[in-house]
Amino acid sequence: MKILTKWLRAYLPGLTADDGQLAEDLTLRGIAVEGVYDLGAGNGSLFEMDITTNRVDAMNHYGVAREAAAIYGLPLPELDFALPKARPGGKPFSVKIEAEEACGRFTARVLRDVTIADSRDWFAGAEVSTYFGLLEQKPISNAVDATNFCWLAMGQPTHVFDLDKIEGGIIVRRAKKGERLRTLDGLERVLDPEDLVVADHVKALGLAGVMGGWDTMITPETANVLVEAAWFDPVAVRRTARRHGLHTDASHRFERGADFNAAPVASALVSRILLASGGWVEGELVDVRVPAIEERTAHRPPVELALSEVRRILGATVDEEGITASTVEVVLKALGCTLAEKADLAKGEAAWRVTLPSWRLDLEREIDLIEEVARVYGYNRFQNTLPAFGEGVRALPWAEKESEIRRTLLAAGFHEAIASTFCSAAEAALTAPQPGLSVPLGNPLSEEAGVLRPSLAPGMLAMIAGNLHRDVSDVRLFELGTVFSGSTEKVDERPALAFGAVGSLPEQSALHPSRAVDFHDVKGVVEQVLARFQVQAVYFDRFPSEAGITPEWLHPYRAARVAVDGATVGWFGQLHPREAAARKLKEPVLVGELYLDRLYKLPLRRPAAREISRFQPVRRDFSLILDESTGWEKIDAAVAGLRIPELVEWRARELFRDAKLGAGEYSLLLGATFQAPDRTLREEELQSFQAQVVEAVGKVGARLRS
Amino acid sequence: MNIEIPNLTAFDEAALDRAFAQLELQAREAATALNGEAAVEAFRLQWLGRKQGLLNEVSGRWLKAAPVEAKKLLGVRFNALKAVVEALLDEALGAGPTDAALAREAIDITLPGTRRLAGAEHPITKTLNEITSVFAALGYSVGVGPEVETDYYNFECMNFPPGHPARDTQDTLVVANQDRRPQRDRLLLRTHTSPVQMRTMESQPPPVRIVIPGKVHRNDAADATHSPIFHQVEGLCVDSNITFSDLKGTLDYVMKALFGSAVKTRFFPSFFPFTEPSADVQISCIFCGGKGCRKCKNSGWIELLGCGMVDPAVFAFAAEKQPAYDPKKISGFAFGMGVERIAMMKYGVSEIGQFYAGDMRFLGQFV
Repeated sequence: MKILTKWLRAYLPGLTADDGQLAEDLTLRGIAVEGVYDLGAGNGSLFEMDITTNRVDAMNHYGVAREAAAIYGLPLPELDFALPKARPGGKPFSVKIEAEEACGRFTARVLRDVTIADSRDWFAGAEVSTYFGLLEQKPISNAVDATNFCWLAMGQPTHVFDLDKIEGGIIVRRAKKGERLRTLDGLERVLDPEDLVVADHVKALGLAGVMGGWDTMITPETANVLVEAAWFDPVAVRRTARRHGLHTDASHRFERGADFNAAPVASALVSRILLASGGWVEGELVDVRVPAIEERTAHRPPVELALSEVRRILGATVDEEGITASTVEVVLKALGCTLAEKADLAKGEAAWRVTLPSWRLDLEREIDLIEEVARVYGYNRFQNTLPAFGEGVRALPWAEKESEIRRTLLAAGFHEAIASTFCSAAEAALTAPQPGLSVPLGNPLSEEAGVLRPSLAPGMLAMIAGNLHRDVSDVRLFELGTVFSGSTEKVDERPALAFGAVGSLPEQSALHPSRAVDFHDVKGVVEQVLARFQVQAVYFDRFPSEAGITPEWLHPYRAARVAVDGATVGWFGQLHPREAAARKLKEPVLVGELYLDRLYKLPLRRPAAREISRFQPVRRDFSLILDESTGWEKIDAAVAGLRIPELVEWRARELFRDAKLGAGEYSLLLGATFQAPDRTLREEELQSFQAQVVEAVGKVGARLRS
Repeated sequence: MNIEIPNLTAFDEAALDRAFAQLELQAREAATALNGEAAVEAFRLQWLGRKQGLLNEVSGRWLKAAPVEAKKLLGVRFNALKAVVEALLDEALGAGPTDAALAREAIDITLPGTRRLAGAEHPITKTLNEITSVFAALGYSVGVGPEVETDYYNFECMNFPPGHPARDTQDTLVVANQDRRPQRDRLLLRTHTSPVQMRTMESQPPPVRIVIPGKVHRNDAADATHSPIFHQVEGLCVDSNITFSDLKGTLDYVMKALFGSAVKTRFFPSFFPFTEPSADVQISCIFCGGKGCRKCKNSGWIELLGCGMVDPAVFAFAAEKQPAYDPKKISGFAFGMGVERIAMMKYGVSEIGQFYAGDMRFLGQFV
């Protein structure tokens, strides 16, 4: 919205602040001036305004002038447009409000023998053409300009009909089923029985509060006119406008609440502009009102306001005395309120019954008045204070766990990422841990984002693909995010962790050959994450492909389920080659997901120190030959099963596969470390331990390589 | 150098002194000639070797042969000699290998170091954590809530009137098939983290001091500064005597903590359905210090957050479950800020979409 300071100053001759100061003072009081443009000597400035939707009353020149008057304590003259004495007509023009719930007031004024021509300047040094020129508002004809001028001046929509095309009188009613109306934009519209229309005794003339009709439009031949200024109900106007896909100045104002008392003033203003080119007023203003609506707009019951409440909510000001009774009175009176002191309050605290102005429908409650006091007084004149402490800070139960997981992934060299919350229905079907429980959106951003992600895998794969397609070949990413399941009736949200890796290990240099990241690198990360928690048993297992348990997006022979204390907490492994090909990914992609809601049920592992033995550890290696079907897990279990306290550590040190071994066999170098907490181990003891190890692994099919 | 341990015949102090002095002299002579690691090791073996070392031989032969009354005298001198030999050895070891030997081990120290890739925390996480820890210092706990919300929590109890434009599907992403459900139960993706304010108040009586970080969604077309996915931090402080000046002081403190103590704040009247009085907060431009630059459109100020005193209507909704939220007895303030916007300012990010692309090159900058 554009405001001319020249026009403002016409209402406020006492205003001394320059335009820049005025813009800042208005802005700091919530009447935001976004831009100030100098219009040249004598023309003042043009303000580009950004006024919040609750302040429709200030979206016009008089409304902004009222704010300036309140800020500077200036008197603001009431708008009053005297008309020449009316010539008596016959019977008063007939106006009937049938839709009493939707039209609170309808005023009609008959002007005869008018000349439809260019607007004539008329208004005490503030001419229509001057203002329109500065606003770059195109003049059309005095009838159209009059309603536009009235809109710009006071924000009241008005309408001018060609009186001779009205049959009978005006009826404000709901449309009839199938009724047709050609609106001013030239469109022939079929009306809905809910639409509010201004009609005559035969036909609909216009969409009430939205747009006038074509048939009763002013033309150069028009001689007699009817000036309409009315008050329409916000909901009725909003629904009518929306049904017809219209948004006009008039509907904007009525939807947000117009001033019940503005109609006669607006009618007089429009009439004055028209009469400047000739014509005369016939009869008195016809003014039909609906008492129930007048009651709840123009005559609302007073609101009680106590100074103690103002001070309780607003607090300390930079002025030592704080907000005083006199501040409250000055501010509210300037805004158009009437204040009656309330006598019956204890302790002599100031309190008032405040009568609200008809143009401020946004003011309803005590808090609304407190806001007005703070606003006009100036927000920046309040002190900066800090409240007393309330209570101790409580951490979310999983906050530390989440941050431990994040730290583990960061330390493993993975960058944290945040992916889309959505995925396609196909990706959801592919990756959902519980198939068929994905949740579609009603108005998705796109088809690819049609479903709430049931897994973080689609987002992870998309980000990996994004990097590879941009020629970033080494990718290491993780995401901590929410996954969704359930139905459109009830949606479950769970925290999850996804990770993905592709390319070579990061520490490549001229000194070391690079190596591709593999399944066990990622498994190591999973193990490190699980090691943050206090768990009894962690194991990784693989299911035969015919079992159909391994997620379809994973390579059935290079993927593992992660189980902690008997519960599945996730899956990881190599992306299924079929899925890799579908995404045009040539390198093996390692990807996985952990279900954190399950992990978060476990306590974090609390480190506990043990005595470190000061006696020499002894390492013994066992070169084993195994059948391909015998995995490390069996050897590991066999060694663990010995429960030798002095066997402090064992691991697979090397793997060989060569032609000298039997068919389907491989060789594994098992390294074991023995150490006692209280003595140096004797050779005989070691010999016995070794023999036990050999026997145990022998039971699972391992033999010593000779 | 071949050294023979003579047989001792006399064990008086003078004889012992002579014998040990002779050995010490020999040790010192031997030590001066040591050249290189191998020689040092040979010296160590010759003197201190456990089985064939000279000192072992001394203790074996002389101590055994000594009469009882001389054993103590001999022991003192033996220990002194051992200390000398050990000191000589330490000295020889300290001298280390020769320069020539070291030169053969030269490497190219100008090659770049082998770096382990360190993972980078996401700039949004970083910013969120920074904000929540500033508030933690002021006594604020962290609150969270679901990303899929009901119309009731997202709009109704936040005092949005039934026909408010934000409730339209043009602005809000909704879950499918909600048309037949009562308005208040309809599921949507929360458009702000404000619903957690109500969820918190419903679950605990005042006082409340929480910050609510979280992901939110709007049905917005993506451009350089808008994304349908973004993050907010919302805050709520409710107690028996919370004022507008407390709101100002709190946010002024927080902005200084986040952007430096030179930052100034100013408050403008604004409008939000769930607060009254409502305000927009600007901070003095962190790029030009308030002089005016391209980043602040020459105004010297940057708009950063919205806030206000909690509207009594919001308390009335909370009071349905927790009667202690009586707007006549308690008061409070709430505020909300866009995390992406703050992160973009702090780190100089120009495209909001970069936060969600998972580009290694972008993320790697935040290590």
